[in-house]
Amino acid sequence: MWDYSDKVKEHFFEPRNAGPLEDANGVGDVGSISCGDALRLMLKVEPETDIILDAHFQTFGCGSAIASSSALTEMIKGKTLDEALKVSNQDIADYLDGLPPEKMHCSVMGREALQAAVANYRGEVWSDDHEEGALVCKCFAIDAVLIEDTIRANNLSSVQDVTNYTKAGGGCSSCHEGIEEILVKVMAERGDSFKPGTPAKEEAPPAGMTNLQRIKKIEAVLESVRPQLKRDGGDIELLDVDGKTIYVSMTGACAGCQMEALTLQGIQQKLMEELKEFIKIVPTKAGALSRASCQP
Amino acid sequence: MEGIYFDNNATTRVDEAVVEAMLPYFTEQFGNPSSMHSFGNKVGLAIKKARMQVQELLGAEHDSEIIFTSCGTESDSTAILSALKAQPERKEIITTTVEHPAILTLCAYLEKEGYKVHYLQVDGKGRLNLDEYKKLLTDQVAVVSVMWANNETGTFFPVVEMAELAHAAGAMFHTDAVQAVGKVPLNLKDTKIDMLSVSGHKLHAPKGVGVLYLKRGVRFRPLLRGGHQERGRRAGTENTTSIVGLGKAAEMALEAMAFENTEVKRLRDKLEAGILAKVPSSFVTGNPDDRLPNTSNIAFEYIEGEAILLLLNKFGIAASSGSACTSGSLEPSHVMRAMGIPYTAAHGTVRFSLSRYSTEAEVDRVIAVVPEIIAQLRKLSPYWDGDKPKAEPDKAFAPTYA
Repeated sequence: MWDYSDKVKEHFFEPRNAGPLEDANGVGDVGSISCGDALRLMLKVEPETDIILDAHFQTFGCGSAIASSSALTEMIKGKTLDEALKVSNQDIADYLDGLPPEKMHCSVMGREALQAAVANYRGEVWSDDHEEGALVCKCFAIDAVLIEDTIRANNLSSVQDVTNYTKAGGGCSSCHEGIEEILVKVMAERGDSFKPGTPAKEEAPPAGMTNLQRIKKIEAVLESVRPQLKRDGGDIELLDVDGKTIYVSMTGACAGCQMEALTLQGIQQKLMEELKEFIKIVPTKAGALSRASCQP
Repeated sequence: MEGIYFDNNATTRVDEAVVEAMLPYFTEQFGNPSSMHSFGNKVGLAIKKARMQVQELLGAEHDSEIIFTSCGTESDSTAILSALKAQPERKEIITTTVEHPAILTLCAYLEKEGYKVHYLQVDGKGRLNLDEYKKLLTDQVAVVSVMWANNETGTFFPVVEMAELAHAAGAMFHTDAVQAVGKVPLNLKDTKIDMLSVSGHKLHAPKGVGVLYLKRGVRFRPLLRGGHQERGRRAGTENTTSIVGLGKAAEMALEAMAFENTEVKRLRDKLEAGILAKVPSSFVTGNPDDRLPNTSNIAFEYIEGEAILLLLNKFGIAASSGSACTSGSLEPSHVMRAMGIPYTAAHGTVRFSLSRYSTEAEVDRVIAVVPEIIAQLRKLSPYWDGDKPKAEPDKAFAPTYA
């Protein structure tokens, strides 16, 4: 059984704003019946102000699909359309105190439903080229389609490459067989063959970079994001560096903030760009986020 | 509140008499059956007894045809890999689209290794076409592996007849019978079945023990090589306590065989009829006329199975579903898809599987609870309108990227 948070259970057992909305003027239908999760989002928008007066949903789907639909309607009521469109699927997951990666992958469709409903309200046609593949990396919720596309676009030829570009395989490593299979397939398309032991495409951290230099670089990245965090009343502190794992502590308003996971993801991305290697960033407060710090 | 466990095809509770039989083998009778001293010897005798108890349940001719393994999956892998190793000139396998992953995942792997695997299709009720099967039986086929009863729907395959046909074509025949053993009277000595897999925890023995039945004279190549345990056919120190438990469970299953096929069946039928009478847009999947006595698989259209299970669980009722979400995959059950069940129904399939411990009161309770749960979820469904599906549901709701 899935390990759902109390918040997810609450929104599943007693969904808010469920059922048809009679005078809706924006409707978005998204999801995939083959996957088993699809959602109709109905909005009642005040034309003068673009404010969402009411939002209802109907969902064909599992517990987390219903809970995230319910959460979405609660989150966007009272917002203007432009404000509402800023709600991401990660925000919905954070609102629900996190979701298992498998569920994040397929059952959280809030952002897409919103875009579709707003397009419908504005008389536009919304289309999504969104394509979902089988989940390969469960630590970071990366699917086969994304891995295939990334290998193709960047001519990747090793598992380490795939990890560097997509994060897939950077956690527990049990999906490496699956990643190798995708490499074999995609490399064959370009007339190449997969050879285990091929060095990663991106050079390793510049030779001769000492631990001290590395830590200084990490500090510099954290320094660059600090003003932004401080503006929101928070801060970040570097605690330790252990190989590819960077331990930090979020303090002030950042600690326990709903946006913490997103913030850390952004910082992780910056660090990877700067260090030219795959790293994990781990907040010391346990259970604070599920994606950026997945420790299987 | 005492829970209602209707998920016995997933696993069963270990019978108290089985636990009692096992307990001495953890402490007093801890010897290694291979040892020369009396500590080992007594345990050796207990395993011999268990072997005969299983032999009797399976209707095997010799007790040496019973090989104890760690689980059904090990038995399946051992059987198929042995058949391929023993007949290297034959490069084909015949199986079905609705096998358990223990077979299908292995077959997918073997395809990558260069073997040709034929997957027999099923019809809307989950039945095979034997003419299609006969056409595939050539001298290239090393082994046929077909389950005795489907784990999701309980539907039987005619394995005894299929084994005869395989035999006539010179191919080996294996059946994954983990769901059937203990619920179907077996008399393997009168069949041409070469190999058969058993799983202990499906018949009130503990998890972590299984059996591969191997007919005397069938060419065999072990999966695990090492010591001389199981006559050198499955090396590794015996899981003595669990083997003793499986022996006892086999004996009890034989005694309960009639009960399973009368009383358990009656309760299953009552449950099914009770639910179908109260819930519109629901139907039984598989072949209701030819299936396990304990299993009922019902599709509740226009809602999703994980949501049903979560609500059932709130009422203390345990069942399972063929929805994609319950397994974390992107597709609903391969068994439902193979039978051509549409997505809007396949995701809403729920399997109720009873046991000889299920009671009338439990069945009544489930019949009372299920219609409420289904109605509650349908209120949320974009396909549903009041007390019935919307007219032309596929047009009423057609989400983007469906």
